Amino acid sequence: MNRQTADHATLADKFNENEPRVNWHDETLWWVRAKRDKQAWSIPEWEQLREAASQIKLNVLGNLHGYLLQFEQQARQNGAIIHWAADAAEHNEIVTAILKQHGVKRMVKSKSMLTEECHLNPHLQANGIEVIDTDLGERIVQLADEPPSHIVLPCIHKKKEEIGELFHEHLGTPAGNADPQLLTAAARAHLRKEFLASRAAITGVNFAVAETGEMVVCTNEGNADMGAHLADVHIACMGIEKIIPQRKHLGVFLRLLARSATGQPITTYSSHFRTPVPGKELHIVLVDNGRSRQLGREDFRNSLKCIRCGACMNTCPVYRRSGGHSYHTAVAGPIGAILAPNLDMKDYADLPFASTLCGSCSNVCPVKIDIHQQLYKWRQVLVKEGHTTAGKTAGMKMMSAVLSKPGTFKRAGKMGRWVMRAFPGMVNNRLNPWYKQRDMPAPPKQSFAEWYAANEEKK
Amino acid sequence: MMSSRDKILSAVKMNQPEQVALPSLDGLRGAMPATLDAYRKVLESLGGSLFEISDEKEIPALLAQHYPEMKRVIAATSGERSWIHEDPHMLEDVDMAVIRGQWAVAENGAVWVTEEEAPVRVLPFICQHLAIVISRERILATMHDAYEKIGLPLTGFGVFIAGPSKTADIEQSLVLGAHGAKSLVVFAL
Ligand code: SF4
Repeated sequence: MNRQTADHATLADKFNENEPRVNWHDETLWWVRAKRDKQAWSIPEWEQLREAASQIKLNVLGNLHGYLLQFEQQARQNGAIIHWAADAAEHNEIVTAILKQHGVKRMVKSKSMLTEECHLNPHLQANGIEVIDTDLGERIVQLADEPPSHIVLPCIHKKKEEIGELFHEHLGTPAGNADPQLLTAAARAHLRKEFLASRAAITGVNFAVAETGEMVVCTNEGNADMGAHLADVHIACMGIEKIIPQRKHLGVFLRLLARSATGQPITTYSSHFRTPVPGKELHIVLVDNGRSRQLGREDFRNSLKCIRCGACMNTCPVYRRSGGHSYHTAVAGPIGAILAPNLDMKDYADLPFASTLCGSCSNVCPVKIDIHQQLYKWRQVLVKEGHTTAGKTAGMKMMSAVLSKPGTFKRAGKMGRWVMRAFPGMVNNRLNPWYKQRDMPAPPKQSFAEWYAANEEKK
Repeated sequence: MMSSRDKILSAVKMNQPEQVALPSLDGLRGAMPATLDAYRKVLESLGGSLFEISDEKEIPALLAQHYPEMKRVIAATSGERSWIHEDPHMLEDVDMAVIRGQWAVAENGAVWVTEEEAPVRVLPFICQHLAIVISRERILATMHDAYEKIGLPLTGFGVFIAGPSKTADIEQSLVLGAHGAKSLVVFAL
């Protein structure tokens, strides 16, 4: 299992040793964020769409029990075989049993963050079953023996030269060739063979419709479809929060998902799987793994609205400059930092602190999760439960004292800006972990509040 | 002992908050036009191309002109259809597949295709190149319109296809032709 070896700050430090690489990572993700903005701004009804999506998901949380039963019944009627897994271990056992029953030794899998969360691949390997990840980014990190560092862009931390080397070693592409076009063509040829040879395919699920018992899977590459349609056995693994009430609600989510994720109007393929082809099998594994517990945490249940678009990561100043692996959990970034402590408070106590609470995540989230507020609330829970170190606890107390009194906040801000301008070295020193390996940007002369007041006076 | 199913369902029931009503989906359509021009613009931005035709009979000549190297071309729209009964793996060498699409969506370039139009599910993915025939009368503005028209599912599989298969996983450089069709051409009747 993915037990913690080092905390976020330590891992982020390591990532920050290579400054040009960090800058590149930062800029690439910001570019993706900018593409998202362009799409969002081109839709005048964008904010209404986000609100509708958030409300639909809220409705789902309030009737998840009923929707799950409805989905199960519909899916059974469609000829699917339904499995329920209370936790990651049970999920892995179910999948392994299905594969063993069919004598599968090697199989393809398209992107599923749930199977990452459950650590399915090592489990299957231990059972003598080889899994080939077919999403290009996932295949790349699989060949590199690394976990994905981003839920939508799994190998965003890798330079093309490194990928070229990996492909040279594993797929026999020419040494020193790092041309994305050539590397993608090599992967296409290599993975086609796997698709054609695979008798079973695992896919994730983006949305499951209670009304119809169908599942929608979104990809740009077409790998979920190549796998699922060519195999005799399709196993779809989903968290129980993926349910939406009716088919027409897909309209809202499909309009938001790809625009928020990569700034595309929609993914190339939005596939609606309802029935298995006669003679084939469709298995759906419904996984809890802490979700029902999170549903009961009033302050954090909204995190279950997440549609895994990754926008909160692309915009997060901490994620961009610390890299996905520094979160040491399957789902990195701001949303991961809310989900992980629900799974294990002790192991992931550091994550809610890996945030500046700037709120940019909440501003871009297509289902309007109050991400930064939940991070702040987790900090309080973790401190109360004794899962934080003394330094963070002291900082927390001060931060909470400062943030709860607007007067203090203003004064502290003024003081802070003055100190930074006057003695940048004093803040940018080794005692302040945030500024290791970083030059401080020039602080603005006015805070927003001061600027606003000054401009109001001028009017 | 309680099954996992019952355990999960009872935990969900106990922990779920009070239910709120579903929101209305009215007023989400914005001002997107449902025109061929609007559709074409988005499709081209995705790397697809569009030809206006007045008869399906024009298709073979257009394909021959734009895709001169095709060896195996199969059309789900007409002609010889014995491939429907073959093992789907045998479609691996299809260079070009021609299928019909039911509806096209102007806001995102997507075309709705079901098992009706692609009687072997893997066909639009496994072919090297894909051609979809749509009716210009059946271009809709948004996904809300699309789901309204499509209604509830009548087939076991359906897919929105928007452009050729693609990836940007290597340093965010866009490459067309990941695992699915390397190119998409839409014929508008
Ligand atoms: S929390 Fe919101 S922004 Fe982040 S991945 Fe989930 S849906 Fe996207």
